[in-house]
Amino acid sequence: MAINPDFAGRTYPATAPYEVSRVKIAEFADAIGDTSPLYRDAAVAQAAGHSDVIAPPTFAIVVSMVGAGHALADPGLGLDYSMVVHGEQQFSYTRPLRAGDVVTAQATIASIRSVGSLSMMTTRTEIRTTAGELVCTAVSTLVERGK
Amino acid sequence: MSAQVSYASVEAGTELPAVSYPVSRLSLVKYCGASGDFNVIHWNDRMARAVGLPDVIAHGMFTMAEAGRYVTDWAGPAATVAEFGVRFSAPVVVPDDDAGATLEVSGKIEEKLDGNRVALALTARAAGTKVLSRARAVVILP
Repeated sequence: MAINPDFAGRTYPATAPYEVSRVKIAEFADAIGDTSPLYRDAAVAQAAGHSDVIAPPTFAIVVSMVGAGHALADPGLGLDYSMVVHGEQQFSYTRPLRAGDVVTAQATIASIRSVGSLSMMTTRTEIRTTAGELVCTAVSTLVERGK
Repeated sequence: MSAQVSYASVEAGTELPAVSYPVSRLSLVKYCGASGDFNVIHWNDRMARAVGLPDVIAHGMFTMAEAGRYVTDWAGPAATVAEFGVRFSAPVVVPDDDAGATLEVSGKIEEKLDGNRVALALTARAAGTKVLSRARAVVILP
């Protein structure tokens, strides 16, 4: 089943607040093999001008995926997640995410299109602090392979 | 920690040295837990083959994270990333052996922009195949 193109333009509710923690940042940095002290040592991060340890750039996916998940789980959308591969990913940042940020992610389906047996869906997810500051916009394109 | 690069010191067209990053099954299991993406194709070869893949494949976001590491390691601790985008052009197959896979990332200074911003064009290969295309980052340098 192809993705229903009528769902383009839908905006989903923002996620519950997510608190970015030092522990989760360090776990993520360990998983990607990045040993930078900016992700572990608040004093080093502060010396570089940040208020606390910062997160690696792609950490934003941890938060944006939850917001986009609201779209993917929409029952009428018709997305078969077992046939999905990640096609493209873009992030625009106003600043790095950092420990202590409390953020929400709100997804909009930007476009749905078909090319041959493939369906492609692009979501645009805004990550904002609960005070309303836009920190990152994540644009993801998922590709559903045809059967 | 890596050395700091300044905006004044970089020149468009400069090629940056390639760096290799290992990818093992353990890397993927750790990334599943850290990211919350437990899609079976990243840890279960039976299920990966059942959906037509040659073997377990790395998360696209793991590959992107290694390219991000390349960028931030090059740019230095006082730099910040303003934009980062990739297209996943081929999967990184990670066999269940002691060697796993190796990602080779390289870059080029594409353009110097206003506001101390520098655009980098990135290349990532695994087993001779280009696994990222249109990979680009914009960093703000001191």
